[in-house]
Amino acid sequence: MSSKDNPAILLKAEELQVRRGGALVLDIPALDIFPGQVLALIGPNGAGKSTLLLTLACLLKPSRGRFSFNGREIDAGRGDVDYRRRVAMVFQEPLLFDATVFDNVAAGLRIRGVGRAEIGRAVPGYLELFGIAPLAMRSARKISGGEAQRTSLARAFVTEPEIVFLDEPFSSLDPPTREALLGDLERIIRETRTTAVASTHDQTEALRLADRMAVMNEGKIVQIGPVAEVINRPADGFVASFVGVETVLPGCVLRSSDGVFTAAVEGGEIQAVGHLRPRERVLCCIRPEHVTLSTNTPFPESSARNVFSGTIRKITPLGLFHRVRVDCGFDLVVYVTRQSIEELSLEEGKTVIASFKATAVHVIPRGAPPN
Amino acid sequence: MDLILEGILKAFYLIFTLDAEVLGITLLSLKVSGTATLISLFIGISAGTAVALSRFPGRQLVVSLINTGMGLPPVVVGLFVTIFLWRNGPLGFLEILYTPTAIILAQAVIATPIVTGITLASIQHLPANLRLQILALGATRVQMVWLLVKEARLPLLAAVMAGFGGVISEVGASIMVGGNIKGYSRVLTTATVMETSRGNFDIAIALGIILLLLAFLVNAILTQIQQRERPR
Repeated sequence: MSSKDNPAILLKAEELQVRRGGALVLDIPALDIFPGQVLALIGPNGAGKSTLLLTLACLLKPSRGRFSFNGREIDAGRGDVDYRRRVAMVFQEPLLFDATVFDNVAAGLRIRGVGRAEIGRAVPGYLELFGIAPLAMRSARKISGGEAQRTSLARAFVTEPEIVFLDEPFSSLDPPTREALLGDLERIIRETRTTAVASTHDQTEALRLADRMAVMNEGKIVQIGPVAEVINRPADGFVASFVGVETVLPGCVLRSSDGVFTAAVEGGEIQAVGHLRPRERVLCCIRPEHVTLSTNTPFPESSARNVFSGTIRKITPLGLFHRVRVDCGFDLVVYVTRQSIEELSLEEGKTVIASFKATAVHVIPRGAPPN
Repeated sequence: MDLILEGILKAFYLIFTLDAEVLGITLLSLKVSGTATLISLFIGISAGTAVALSRFPGRQLVVSLINTGMGLPPVVVGLFVTIFLWRNGPLGFLEILYTPTAIILAQAVIATPIVTGITLASIQHLPANLRLQILALGATRVQMVWLLVKEARLPLLAAVMAGFGGVISEVGASIMVGGNIKGYSRVLTTATVMETSRGNFDIAIALGIILLLLAFLVNAILTQIQQRERPR
């Protein structure tokens, strides 16, 4: 590995371009994938998420671009079998073979020439991990959509890939099935510390799975960064309209009792509802319509457990509502009616009291911090 | 009515007494058509897969030609194979005209487009992303093609049936390039034609029944495999 390569970058893509029929469908000047992290690609249909994933997985030859994996230059396109055997990809459709669930999960190992005995040792653990062990000898044509997608995921993970690329793996599933699988995948990714790049058009999926988020539009990455940063500080109107709906605050549980816990977030403490243990990491999401602003001091009589004093940084008119960004030590986004703006004579720079109930905080657990 | 009844009785007599001539003709038919089918499978599956997986200018035309070839009239094939194998034709030096080898060649020409066309259709019928998924599992190009063909194995059995069924019952080309030489290049269909024209209906009916039985047997075996392979 040469000295100029950052060893903390697992996959580095530069000057990536894909043209189709003369049109530039993907244009990524630079993208780094860090080991052990999950990057979510979020954006509308046709934003180039799938194209980017296929290109990164070396399944689609880019019109131009360079890749390095672990500091080693790799051949873009399909030529690099060695690289393709160190990564894995799961598609929207399960794409299973006409064989048993066991044989499907073993497919990647067989392709690598792994012996029968070792396959017999490796596969059952992954069938167990994805909750499909009882289906092992069933035909893959006779299982449900959720079971099929679990099989597809197990088939990818059993090869212990250094990066897993997931192309909207839940979008063809019904909501309860999706929820169960999302929970399991989240746990498996954290436990196995797998590096993953997952595309989705669902913000909740991205929030639950990802450490970093890249918002894509028209073949370009318009913003990339830690999940909370992208959502709280959207770089432009497109990102704001796509993801910037909630305030998302990464935090760590300080104490917990009677189903209410207090979490430390950057610049303050938030109380929320949920049975979490101290030191657990969480994302606290607050929808802008759940926050109330007032100018009264002392604090108004209210059942709201979370009350903060802050300064209005920005007021953006959005038709019926105004989007007000309040700096309370952290940025809090509030929707206020035009009438309230006038009654309270809100303006940028003014000090206000922002309050919201503990039940208004949507909590996403992110697991215990590494010991 | 007597003619038919007598014919049928005589036919069964010939079959059950394992008449040497009838047996010889039957075995030669199986050998010739079986070999021709094997050759057509080898070429047809390769060519069909190659066309299914590649994109090139004029591909549409090639696909149309293959589909046309699936209905190639045996007589036309017989004509061209005869011309090629004629003493001063391009392949005349092989000196195989009026031999079983010539029949195998003609029948392979007839069956190959059938196998190619069915292979092409069944590979194209697989999900579009399956190729990418197989590559994503770490497959080399050769492994990918093999896994795709394996995945299309059920429809490919149809190719075997259609190919064999097409050539075992074909008469035009066999008679033209084989010459219907007694004890040498006489197959079930050519013998049936000849015996019918001579008025030897008993032998003709016997040969006809054997032909039907063979076609039924081969298809029954293949159907059995196909049904067993069908996932439960």
